[in-house]
Amino acid sequence: MPEPIKIRAVQQGESTEIRILLQHPMETGLRRDQASGQKIPAHFITTFTVSAHGKVLINAQLNTSIARNPLFVFQSKGLQPGDRVRVAWSDNRGEQRADEATVAAA
Amino acid sequence: MSARCTGNDRLRRLLIKSTAASAAVGALCAAGLLKPTRVLAAEWGRSGFAATSLPEALKAIGAAASAESGAIVIKSVEISENGALVPCEVISSIPDTQSIAVLVERNPMPLAASLSFAEGVLPRVRLQLKMAESSRIRVVVRAGDGKTYHASREVRVTLGGCGA
Repeated sequence: MPEPIKIRAVQQGESTEIRILLQHPMETGLRRDQASGQKIPAHFITTFTVSAHGKVLINAQLNTSIARNPLFVFQSKGLQPGDRVRVAWSDNRGEQRADEATVAAA
Repeated sequence: MSARCTGNDRLRRLLIKSTAASAAVGALCAAGLLKPTRVLAAEWGRSGFAATSLPEALKAIGAAASAESGAIVIKSVEISENGALVPCEVISSIPDTQSIAVLVERNPMPLAASLSFAEGVLPRVRLQLKMAESSRIRVVVRAGDGKTYHASREVRVTLGGCGA
């Protein structure tokens, strides 16, 4: 089971800041195991979406060149404290994970 | 390839000392990369992500003829000690920004991320990149009328994140 997504959404005046930490190894496929010398196969998030009110707000396509356990920060209008924000990712092995968080007042 | 990407720093520095050798390292890296890139392309056909050069990647995302723009701000560090984690913030003031693509020009696969925004989402993002070596970060913004704009910024990397 993949690690949970850490999401923090905080209302900041008119807009909402959405911080997303995707816990994932993000292997490039270029790295070698120190002991065996074997290449570690690529394993990375290819796509994630941020949605609210059943509507996709952000669609992200990623490559191997995003850092391990990457943090993304977005800002959106049209959200209120109490709204649910959902983040879902899928990786190149077909693994998936989705989590939700509630928008907090500042 | 191994010289560049497995953290053999002594050899790497030796090679990088001469520009001719550094070109050779690039060629080696490209040669070594051909195989995994093909595998990736086969199972994962998203355009631009498997491209191994900047012109190829720009062409694939339809931004070969983008106009340079001062309305895109790229914030990052001047020098990064760790190429495995380079923070980067992009803010677009281009009206009706639909999507933002982030490319690291000298990475084995330059296109790092492509983000599209629905109405109401501010056209800005903070993310964390891996950088194989010192390079320009190029951001391509697509506006609602289909036009593309770009801006770039140099980031120096002391320890490459290629093998990280």
